[in-house]
Amino acid sequence: MDLAQRYTDVGVIGAAGKMGSGIALLLCQQMTHRRLGPDGKGRRFKLTLMDVNDAALDGLQSYLASQLKRMAEKSTILLRGLYADRKDLVENGEIIDAFVADALALPRFTTDLGAMKGAHMVFEAIAENIDLKKKVYGELKNLCGPETWFFTNTSSIPISLLDREVGLGGRIVGYHFYNPPAVQKLLELITGPDTQSDLIEASKQIASDLRKKVIPANDIAGFIGNGHFIRDGLYGISELERLTGEHGFPEAAYLVNHVSQDWLIRPMGIFQLIDYVGVDVFQCILGVMNRFIDGEDLHSTLIDALMDKGVRGGQNPDGSQKDGFFRYEKGRPVAVYSLDEGKYQPLDDSWTGKLDGLLGTLPEGYVPWKGLARDPGKNEKLAAYFANLRATDTLGSSLATSYLKRSKEIGENLIKSGVAANAEDVNGVLLNGFFHLYGPINDYAADPQTVH
Amino acid sequence: MQMRRKVYLAAGTYTVSLGTGRKEFHPRKPRPGIEHYMQEAGRAVISKIPDVNVIDECVVGNFMAARFNRQGNLASLMPTIDPALVYKPCTRVEGACGSGGLSIFTGIKSILAETADVVLSLGVEVQNTVKAIYGADVLAGAGHYASQRKNGHAYFFPSMFSDRAGAAFEKFGHEKVRRAMTQWYVNAVEGARRCPEAQEYHNTVEDLHAIGNTPPNPKVFVDHLNFSDCSKVSDGAAALLVLSEEGLKKTAIAAKDAVEVVGFGTSVADLTKQPEDPTQADTSQSAVGKAYEMAGIHAKDLAFAEVHDCFSITGILMAEATGICGHGEGYDFISEGRTKLDGDLPMNLSGGLIGHGHYTGGTGVRETVDSWKQLTGRAGDFQVKVPSDRPYGLMISMGGNDKTVVTLVMQQAGS
Ligand SMILES: NC(=O)c1ccc[n+]([C@@H]2O[C@H](COP(=O)([O-])OP(=O)(O)OC[C@H]3O[C@@H](n4cnc5c(N)ncnc54)[C@H](O)[C@@H]3O)[C@@H](O)[C@H]2O)c1
Repeated sequence: MDLAQRYTDVGVIGAAGKMGSGIALLLCQQMTHRRLGPDGKGRRFKLTLMDVNDAALDGLQSYLASQLKRMAEKSTILLRGLYADRKDLVENGEIIDAFVADALALPRFTTDLGAMKGAHMVFEAIAENIDLKKKVYGELKNLCGPETWFFTNTSSIPISLLDREVGLGGRIVGYHFYNPPAVQKLLELITGPDTQSDLIEASKQIASDLRKKVIPANDIAGFIGNGHFIRDGLYGISELERLTGEHGFPEAAYLVNHVSQDWLIRPMGIFQLIDYVGVDVFQCILGVMNRFIDGEDLHSTLIDALMDKGVRGGQNPDGSQKDGFFRYEKGRPVAVYSLDEGKYQPLDDSWTGKLDGLLGTLPEGYVPWKGLARDPGKNEKLAAYFANLRATDTLGSSLATSYLKRSKEIGENLIKSGVAANAEDVNGVLLNGFFHLYGPINDYAADPQTVH
Repeated sequence: MQMRRKVYLAAGTYTVSLGTGRKEFHPRKPRPGIEHYMQEAGRAVISKIPDVNVIDECVVGNFMAARFNRQGNLASLMPTIDPALVYKPCTRVEGACGSGGLSIFTGIKSILAETADVVLSLGVEVQNTVKAIYGADVLAGAGHYASQRKNGHAYFFPSMFSDRAGAAFEKFGHEKVRRAMTQWYVNAVEGARRCPEAQEYHNTVEDLHAIGNTPPNPKVFVDHLNFSDCSKVSDGAAALLVLSEEGLKKTAIAAKDAVEVVGFGTSVADLTKQPEDPTQADTSQSAVGKAYEMAGIHAKDLAFAEVHDCFSITGILMAEATGICGHGEGYDFISEGRTKLDGDLPMNLSGGLIGHGHYTGGTGVRETVDSWKQLTGRAGDFQVKVPSDRPYGLMISMGGNDKTVVTLVMQQAGS
């Protein structure tokens, strides 16, 4: 079966979830383009969107309608070509509306997994739970034909394990979109030794159809993205624990978060990032990685303690940030959690000012992440800034330098352990998936001449 | 054609040109409607005369309020400016982006016909009501819908002028033309920075040439233009009085505070036809020729020109249409800085459509108000020197793809 044929019958499982809805949107757009294109004539297209949560499927319909419209507004040049022979559609507005109507005719919404029967490709984005995924793939294996391909969005579970234990015969790849899939450009493609080669080739083609940048990762729990993020987070937590003795928990959390955001010129501090991803998701991925990776203690009693106290992070349905290490107002941290007291302590100058003083002033050449993100000269500016950071002797620069070194070590270990092919891929994931301005494998923590 | 009666312009005003670039613009916050702009501009004019009742007639130029604002019958919105305008004659005129020019032209005709001594001429457009991709549909109405729209580009008008730029690249060399287009953009922003009402007034970019030289991306826009080659999407209004000699007295406006229209021209071309030579704006040339003839002057007699630069390439074609340089010479003329504030023939000193903004149906009035400001010494930071041997200002208001044109030649009254 060629890819054009495969695209005619596609399913998404967990379609109403955060990731599933975005994947459904991308597929809906792509399948509609194909339906309208020269190869689409005479073919029927079907996109089956399945989720156990019926109420959430209502939300999915309106999400698709509004997002498809936005996508059509941004691709009207292409759409005018696709509708060139429709004499009745003249203005952009008419063409955009026609596209949305045509696209919304593809999805079938269902709570019945049985509807996946007949699907040539199934994209799965259900909860990150090995037993649940095994159970669902077991059912799919019996339901779907022997040629059906499976694309799992798992963040950490080795796909070879699913393949072997369910007996999928190499018909599954890890297709790791970043959140939100409609916006984020990065896609980690995870293959195992048994993965069918035509599936690998098609996976790259589909990613390019969906306008994603593919970075290949080996089938080792956590892959590149979480392989770096989780360990980077654990390092931040270990620094937090180390500094708690001297300064107290909220103070230490503030210090480490501040250093990891501003001193490292990253988009978010490490604890804000964990809150964004979800303390619960962090714990879950940590658990999976710990189970499959030997010789490394991937565990955090602090994360467990937070979860015990109901501090979970993640987002509300409206996209606003839930409480985690921090409490947020309009997306900005306004208070920090105090582990002992079990409540949030407002961030105010009376005590954060003192901590800022302890860290010392930011090195010369500092520009916030936002100010550098679109600057074509950012690499030179970063190099100059980090040279100044190395040259200053403050608590801030010593914490930042250690952070840089650890981040680099994590990146290099991903190559050594075979997760990533090279430094370019490691750096590519952090640049594209985490919006870092520089990859972890760099010379910023050490004087260039001391590097071999 | 000669002027059979003296016609003056005075009491000019314009609102801020609101849209991207202005600090106070926020695309998702509610904004004032079209009548607000009409009232703001109209009242500012009225505040400059002792008695509103001397206004005999009103004209409002507007392109597409029926679509941008779902509002027709604009003539009857004029009395919301002041109750004294109730029961006065008022006409709404439309000639795409040349509507503002037509508004003044209509006022001039009433003065010449001796049916009015004081005409309030206004131009307005409020276009930030729709996203750019839908705005492109509305503006495409300035082309021929039946024969051009279906096969036209998503960004219909940018694409028409992109084709003109492409033809110029081919005929005169890409580098030469591109350099001039970028310089036109740089001049536009520099001008806007001198005019507080201009949309690019807040622009602080250091390297404007780098922005101007951004390579075009046909996947998201058109083949030969980048975004900085384009005029802005704007909300705004401009207004002034068109007066007879009697009208000057009735409004107590001193001659030195008015300009005299010494020549005007209007021309239209066939909307259904493509331009014969895309590297020339021949309709504009024709209308400029009429105005010069009526005034008995030549391009070398001009102190400045206010021209219609809906795109950077249009600005250059307009520069050539003034006759200050020959066909194909406009590129170097602009690249050499000869249209800047201190150049041989300064143009678009408050930024033009690219820098000042382009509230389509109001732009011709805005250009005329700026001309009046220059000739009466009111242009502040963007004031040019008006030498006594070159006392004239030229205004070109153009609609569509060089299809509907109004030109004015003015000089300070009493000089
Ligand atoms: N959220 C992220 O940032 C992110 C990023 C990359 C990968 N992932 C991975 O994507 C997957 C989904 O994560 P999410 O964040 O979208 O979770 P989510 O909780 O938002 O969505 C999961 C969806 O699956 C549905 N579901 C649960 N069990 C099901 C079943 N048996 N059959 C059908 N539907 C079922 C749920 O109703 C829910 O709508 C996980 O494997 C996760 O690790 C998440």
